[in-house]
Amino acid sequence: MLEVAGLQVHYGGIAAVKGIDLHVAAGEKVALIGANGAGKTSTLKAIARMLPARGSVKLQGEDIAHAAPHALVRRGLALVPEGRGVFARLSVLENLEMGAYSRTDRAQILADIERVFALLPRLKERATQTAGTLSGGEQQMVAIGRALMSRPRILLLDEPSMGLSPIMVDTVFDVIREVAREGVTLLLVEQNARLALSLCDRGYVMDSGRVTLEAPSAALLDNPAVRAAYLGE
Amino acid sequence: MDIFIQQIINGLVLGSIYALVALGYTMVYGILGLINFAHGEVVMIGALTALTAIGLLLPAGLPGPMLVLAGLLIAIPVCMAVGFTVERIAYRPLRHAPRLAPLITAIGVSIVLQQLAMIGWGRNYHTFPALLPTAPHQFAGAAITDLQIIIVLTAAVLMAGLVWLVNRTRLGRAMRATAENPAVARLMGVDVDRVISFTFVLGSALAAVAGVMVAANYSIAHYAMGFMLGLKAFTAAVLGGIGNLGGAMLGGLLLGIIESLAAGYIGDLTGGFLGSHYKDVFAFFVLILVLVFRPSGLMGEKVAERA
Repeated sequence: MLEVAGLQVHYGGIAAVKGIDLHVAAGEKVALIGANGAGKTSTLKAIARMLPARGSVKLQGEDIAHAAPHALVRRGLALVPEGRGVFARLSVLENLEMGAYSRTDRAQILADIERVFALLPRLKERATQTAGTLSGGEQQMVAIGRALMSRPRILLLDEPSMGLSPIMVDTVFDVIREVAREGVTLLLVEQNARLALSLCDRGYVMDSGRVTLEAPSAALLDNPAVRAAYLGE
Repeated sequence: MDIFIQQIINGLVLGSIYALVALGYTMVYGILGLINFAHGEVVMIGALTALTAIGLLLPAGLPGPMLVLAGLLIAIPVCMAVGFTVERIAYRPLRHAPRLAPLITAIGVSIVLQQLAMIGWGRNYHTFPALLPTAPHQFAGAAITDLQIIIVLTAAVLMAGLVWLVNRTRLGRAMRATAENPAVARLMGVDVDRVISFTFVLGSALAAVAGVMVAANYSIAHYAMGFMLGLKAFTAAVLGGIGNLGGAMLGGLLLGIIESLAAGYIGDLTGGFLGSHYKDVFAFFVLILVLVFRPSGLMGEKVAERA
């Protein structure tokens, strides 16, 4: 589904991502964990062409490293950005419709809005409210629902637990689990390593712009170095 | 004749024109955070293009209103092309530059357009032919002409259309999303460059209509007419709350009315010391008051954004 090779990201001379390789198979759930500043967000942004980067990024075998950023959603890639990035002045419904911007099948879009509402009932209650008036957790739901509206094959999530109460984190992760069950491939960036690994099949550990470890989630959860550094034991 | 009602009517006419121009400022500001000081020049190009087109069509012997419509239909695409081109060659290369660079560029573009217009149309004032009926109707002790009614109604229809476009269509939604967060809008599949181009083209079309209105209303057009008009419309946009569509409309109408009332009463109030040509002072007095006491404008709001 997604193959990344030799990815490098620079911010004005500072290397944030120093040539990493990673792959996500169709239907797989992959976590990218690591400390603050390890380069996880930069990696996701580079894959989604929000940042200029060097290296190769292939989506379903096609090179997307030079594709127009707005063309990626049509190829089945959706990103739930760090900090959610909801359109605060648009209503919840309009946010969802923005998620379907690349689609023209009006009847299917309306059906998908109902599907998102079924998955995230809170959003239905808030449909006509502007997204800026919602709580952080509700905004995260808007961001996820909006991403689903493009009918992605692969969903990239950037720190979906950030700034949420523990109860809200559970709710949001239940939703993510449900999305994965429906067959959407996941690449999940999280600082909360235990949470991410409990959801995903496999994980990459990033440190200072490099991938230092790659293993099935169970193995990472057992790895003493990972436990010490990222699981707080 | 009741001077108060008369000046309100005049103010509504003038304000409708300001509002159309202010919308162009506010839309571009909303999306790019850029004050497009060249926008007034687009109004001028609209007026002069229509004037030239009407001059060329005059021998065809069409009825007056048809001639004005023809002039308008030629001026609109010309202005759209100017707006599109200006964004493409002057502003787009500076998209990621510090804010001062595009601002100074906008002033530069304004000067360039004005000088080009001077070369093309000369330094003289051109008389805009009286093609629309200007016979006054009596209304509550004041006079209102068909031309004035046409201006106010046309502006109202265009503004309603714009509000519908921005709030009810897919493209309008993309415009609002881009205004708020272009990077995320792009993730949704929005071609942000195209949305920005469209915004300039749309604003320029409104400017073309405003240009023809000004020329018809004052029966005059001139290569430098866009400068003061542009500044006034900018003031109107700031008064309403720049970036806010409703604000631009309200600001435009208010400014038109303030200015007209000032022009009507200033002579009496100062015992004839100051004449109505001092009315321009009021627009900028308003601008200063707004900037001091309510910099976000009448309808400007602080929105909790990008949580």
